[in-house]
Amino acid sequence: MQVTSSVREPLITGGKTLKDVTHDVSRQVEGKPTLGWILGLLVAVGVLLLGSLALVATLWEGIGMWGLNKTVGWAWDITNFVWWVGIGHAGTLISAVLLLFRQKWRMAINRAAEAMTIFAVICAAMFPVIHMGRPWLGAYWALPLPNTFGSLWVNFNSPLLWDVFAISTYFSVSLVFWYIGLIPDFATIRDRATGLRKTIYGALSFGWDGAAKTWSRYESVALILAGLATPLVLSVHTIVSFDFATSVIPGWHTTIFPPYFVAGAIFSGFAMVLTLMIITRKLFKLEDYITIGHIELMNIVIIITGSIVGIAYITEFFIAWYSGVAAEQYAFVNRAFGPYWWAYWSMMTCNVISPQLFWFKKIRTSIVATFALSIVVNIGMWFERFVIIVTSLHRDYLPSSWAMFYPTISDVGVYLFTFGLFFTLFLLFAKFFPVINMAEVKSIVKSSSEKVNK
Amino acid sequence: MKENNKTYWKGIEQLTNDPEFVKNADKEFPEFSPSNNGEDGGPSRRDFLKLMGFSLAAASLAACEAPVRKAIPYVNKPVDINPSIPNYYASTFSSGGDYASIVVKTREGRPIKIDGNELSPINGKGVSAIVEASVLSLYDKQRLSGPYIKGEKSDWATIDAQIKSQLSIAGTVKIVTNTINSPSTEKALVQFAEAFGGAEVITYDAISSYGITKAAETSYGESILPTYKFDKAKVIVSFGADFLGTWISPIEFARQYAKGRKISKEKPEMSRHFQFESNLSLTGSNADYRTPIKASASGLAVLSLYNALAKKAGAASYNAAAVEVAHLDKAANELWANRGASIVVSGSNDPNVQIVINGINDLLGNNGNTVDFSTPSFFRKGDDAKMNQFVTDLNAGRVGGVVFYNCNPAYDYARGVELAAGIAKVKVSVATNMTMDETASLVQYVAPDHHYLESWNDFNPRKGEFSLAQPTISPLFDTRQAQESFLVWAGVETNYYDFVQENWKSTLFASQSELKDFQQYWDQSLFNGVVSIASNSSSLATISDISNAAGAIAKTYKADNATTELVVYSKIGIGNGTFANNPWLQEMSDPISKATWDNYLTVSQKWANENGLKMFEGATQKAKLTIGEKSVIVPVLVQPGQAIGTVGLALGYGRTNAGRVANGVGVNAYELLDHSKGFVNFDITEGVSIELLADTYKIAQTQTHQTYMGRNFVVQESILPEYKEDAYAGRYQPKIYKEGEFVKPSKISLWKGHQYSQHHWGLAIDMNSCIGCGACTVACQVENNVAVVGKQEVLNRREMAWIRIDRYYSSDAEVGDNDGLEIASENPEVVFQPMMCQHCNNAPCETVCPVAATTHSSEGLNQMTYNRCIGTRYCANNCPYKVRRFNWFKYHDNKDFSTVNVAQNDDMGKMVLNPDVTVRSRGVIEKCSMCVQRIQSGKLTAKREGRKVQDGEITTACASACPTDAIVFGDMNDTSSKIYSTLKIKEETLSATKEVNEERAYHVLEEVNVNPNVWYFTKIRNKDKSEA
Repeated sequence: MQVTSSVREPLITGGKTLKDVTHDVSRQVEGKPTLGWILGLLVAVGVLLLGSLALVATLWEGIGMWGLNKTVGWAWDITNFVWWVGIGHAGTLISAVLLLFRQKWRMAINRAAEAMTIFAVICAAMFPVIHMGRPWLGAYWALPLPNTFGSLWVNFNSPLLWDVFAISTYFSVSLVFWYIGLIPDFATIRDRATGLRKTIYGALSFGWDGAAKTWSRYESVALILAGLATPLVLSVHTIVSFDFATSVIPGWHTTIFPPYFVAGAIFSGFAMVLTLMIITRKLFKLEDYITIGHIELMNIVIIITGSIVGIAYITEFFIAWYSGVAAEQYAFVNRAFGPYWWAYWSMMTCNVISPQLFWFKKIRTSIVATFALSIVVNIGMWFERFVIIVTSLHRDYLPSSWAMFYPTISDVGVYLFTFGLFFTLFLLFAKFFPVINMAEVKSIVKSSSEKVNK
Repeated sequence: MKENNKTYWKGIEQLTNDPEFVKNADKEFPEFSPSNNGEDGGPSRRDFLKLMGFSLAAASLAACEAPVRKAIPYVNKPVDINPSIPNYYASTFSSGGDYASIVVKTREGRPIKIDGNELSPINGKGVSAIVEASVLSLYDKQRLSGPYIKGEKSDWATIDAQIKSQLSIAGTVKIVTNTINSPSTEKALVQFAEAFGGAEVITYDAISSYGITKAAETSYGESILPTYKFDKAKVIVSFGADFLGTWISPIEFARQYAKGRKISKEKPEMSRHFQFESNLSLTGSNADYRTPIKASASGLAVLSLYNALAKKAGAASYNAAAVEVAHLDKAANELWANRGASIVVSGSNDPNVQIVINGINDLLGNNGNTVDFSTPSFFRKGDDAKMNQFVTDLNAGRVGGVVFYNCNPAYDYARGVELAAGIAKVKVSVATNMTMDETASLVQYVAPDHHYLESWNDFNPRKGEFSLAQPTISPLFDTRQAQESFLVWAGVETNYYDFVQENWKSTLFASQSELKDFQQYWDQSLFNGVVSIASNSSSLATISDISNAAGAIAKTYKADNATTELVVYSKIGIGNGTFANNPWLQEMSDPISKATWDNYLTVSQKWANENGLKMFEGATQKAKLTIGEKSVIVPVLVQPGQAIGTVGLALGYGRTNAGRVANGVGVNAYELLDHSKGFVNFDITEGVSIELLADTYKIAQTQTHQTYMGRNFVVQESILPEYKEDAYAGRYQPKIYKEGEFVKPSKISLWKGHQYSQHHWGLAIDMNSCIGCGACTVACQVENNVAVVGKQEVLNRREMAWIRIDRYYSSDAEVGDNDGLEIASENPEVVFQPMMCQHCNNAPCETVCPVAATTHSSEGLNQMTYNRCIGTRYCANNCPYKVRRFNWFKYHDNKDFSTVNVAQNDDMGKMVLNPDVTVRSRGVIEKCSMCVQRIQSGKLTAKREGRKVQDGEITTACASACPTDAIVFGDMNDTSSKIYSTLKIKEETLSATKEVNEERAYHVLEEVNVNPNVWYFTKIRNKDKSEA
């Protein structure tokens, strides 16, 4: 199992020993918080609190606090939802799909990517609840719970209900997968710690004893969960895309949506992983673990998925023209040349044109360029969802109902809230959890060091 | 301290050492001793715990604030009032000559809804938006709650005594009123006038028809309005008369007009309508040929029509500057071809123009047929000259006492400002107005009248036609019917009810011989609401020469006026402004501009282009409108169809003392009217200048996209000659390819379809009959407790209307030119399309709701369960018709909406709510239910009586309000129903999803195959092929 091609570049650079791995990763957990981390957390919590004003206002006064109207019933809420869910795709893809494909380079980044997935899904899952007119009821009425209302049941025809299942399944599997992976590392920290810290990490490590049998079980569980999670990578965004694809609205009613959404999700997820990794490796001095090689590989995934998305955009136009349906044709012309042309061209620029820069090796191996483009891609993907949702709704069949959507401060605030939440959670994770999977990385350190020692 | 050795016995038992007492003596509570086992029959520990538990639970329950709801049954139940069973009373709506015979629906003694009175020969079952909405004014808390003396609350005895004594020494007393068409009121006023030295009654109308009455006086010697019969006219020519919207008796005219506009394969004929006007009116938007003309040329246009007809008739024609008016020759030819079956009307208030109109109708032989001066109508009696003189007298100090009978000239008369100043100069000033409005706030004594729904009255809207008004609720405030006040002040002892009865006994009852008993006669009249008596038509003097009028027109009108002209008009919702404080009317979307909560300067697209004004989503700029020395700042609205060189401004806005809703909304256009020519002139053709200001402004429009983008799957229309050739003319019939053939979209479906074994409700909407008046929208609002959300929320595109009327303009661009199609034609064709929930058989909303809050009923209705709704709005997004409405905020019991949403916020306003319809809470979706509460009650009535539901027994609020019968509701499974025959439903589809044989009937968005239960009929315009 530990055979490594000798021509390959080492996955971990700097001649790290096993001890170095333990030390480099545990150091962050055990040491005092760095100034950068404290400042980061303050900003994140600040944004969280600021955003919560908007959230509370929305919950208190009603959805009217947002810019929605009789024609555009969803805008930032569902845009943000789909955007966060998309981001949440990378973690599972990296840890599960790449595990099955035995891509070892994933080992250095899968922990953080999975954490990102979980936090992104938490942010995403918030929106279907808070965008409801009556979230205090909807939060549980949308679940198929036995009830005393007679034969009242949820509507299994509704894609929104499928969403509930898709997201909750995805979240639980991702959480378990992530946590199982954390157990050996918690045990490592436990073993190095004293006092209260030992108790806490001891509890978190579920009495991990490092025995061969335990490792064997661990490996099996990881593999099974990876097998379970892999279809989810495809299914979650497929189902999210059904929200639109099964509707009758021109611009939504499109069979291309499932693959297009999945590609877009991976696209945006990888971009977000890059954004976070570049910061983390710098802050926590993990350059030897998260190498340029990792960044380059991820950039390649971004070129591929970005190009798939680009082809999907063009295909949509072709099909709209080919369908001969006037409303459908208008929906797409309106996207590109209607009042929201700027959103459409932002999307095209960010998602289709900018990733093509990664064809140049110089750019895809440049930290600065990658960081900048990773953010550009996520902006583009936000616009993609905005374009799909708002520009399709705002001018659909009957011109009498055509209207514009203008966001309010509460729309922005709620979005900010999720940013605050996401970064707060991520920073807490980065400080208190091992950001790199020590146990797995050690396996590649060995193979790498063999080569080095040769 | 001295020791006290006294013994106090606990009771006689202790003194006697009763054994029972000794036994329990050491216990704290001898009578109640909790014990472990309770073997002595006393309470056990368990009981104690139970009691404790109960007390705890009771205490904590009591701590929760449970709402106190009292349902107090009648001690003595009124005979006719059953809880939850509505009662209907025939009555009459009247406001300054605006008239409708109505049926008032009351629930538990509260009037909650107004319908038209089918027995009325004037308005029939039709109503207008104002009539519908007037029920809310009853519950207006800003009505005066009692008499006021000099701004101080008083009582009736004091005010009566003071008014009587003051008026008797005041000198010349004048009574100022709007048109009164009540014989008993007139009689009461005569009594009052006699008591105070022959006080003169001065009648004026805010929107005057003095021109017509004055012209009738000149032409026929009698100052009257004729009876118009648009239904008998094959050719209708109107010069600026908005007879479908606001002119004289619009409900009646709309009814008549629709009769001539309904077509079918059996009767493929319809009237042809020419309209020559400056502003795009509701009537003009329905015309087959509409020509925008400048107001300054309108008189000449009328005259040149006269000349053209005179030429054909061989009569003398008159010299006047030549005007180039498109379609005028065509109109002349067709009028001539339809002599005796055509009608020419003018909205001008210039008597000279109306004299020529009389001349035209005489030439055409229409007089006596379509324009009947021998049967006068009494909708307008205002005399501009008298009123003008009165204001002059008032300011000259020649008036000693003045009584304003339910009129508000300080606001709605052109010389209102002068009049307001003059009121201070009279010794005694009295008003009977219901609110402290602009006039009432200036007078010394306010003796507030009842609301009309609290009053007895009689009416005589037209010769031979009478109706009664009866109270449907006892007075809510300490008010008194004005007529009664007049009688009291005149020293007459009888109350007004007896007075009306006496009057009827001596006149109407006496004139008939069918019934011998007056009580029986009275009861029958009251029950029916209307009485018609045969009247011998009086012959009129022949027409006098029109040369004077023609000469005056040639002088005062110009063919080439270079300056801008202002044409003041009124909107169908706000009218003359009397009911401006009614939020239902303020939020009613204007049929043409689709704007709410404002008046604005309507300008032509050309003007907007020249001045660089572009309207987008209601965002516009303000302009300064200057007329002589007066100027107002008013927002500008770009109005396709506006005659170039003219601007329009609506009356009824800019109220200062109307109440919380209307104060400060818009600007007052009455002040701009011209009165220099001896009549109130609504066309200001001189001295008008407009300056576009940089200030931006937002007009709250419910529809901001003006055209239908050439989408024939939305609007299907054709012209009459093509319809005659092919009944499918204008129809768009999409076909979808399936297995080697093209089939109708409904043949391809994922769904199994529905079975409707009992009823299958549907609507058939004739776009040819729909004139866009909007009565249905207000009727729906009243019936279904639809919230008013206010201007800001309309701007946010969140109005709650369940039924809206989509108004589309035509565009000159070709299909495919998307940018061009967005721009309406300079003089567009207009189409109105009422749009409500389509109750789809394959409803896209039903499949997407995660909690099944919206479902399909076994009778074809798409039903909304508010209680189950969690508000994801997915259904609203997925509705291709965008008819679903979301409760963005809590609109009821919320102080943020208390000013506008009166019916759901203040305790009195809530009395108007329909108890059969839930007031929706925040966060749920709502939409048209096809008045399911009415369906249900109709079914229950039929069930109780052990029979089937009869066609026509159940109808929706929109269908019942419609004056033109454009909306037909019914059971499509009932082969005897009107909807069944209208749609020509295919027999084989009975009990299933319906298919129809009617060629004109179509589904909006047929290719989406949501398969609605609402059908539309193609719009057919009566245009010639060459000009379509």
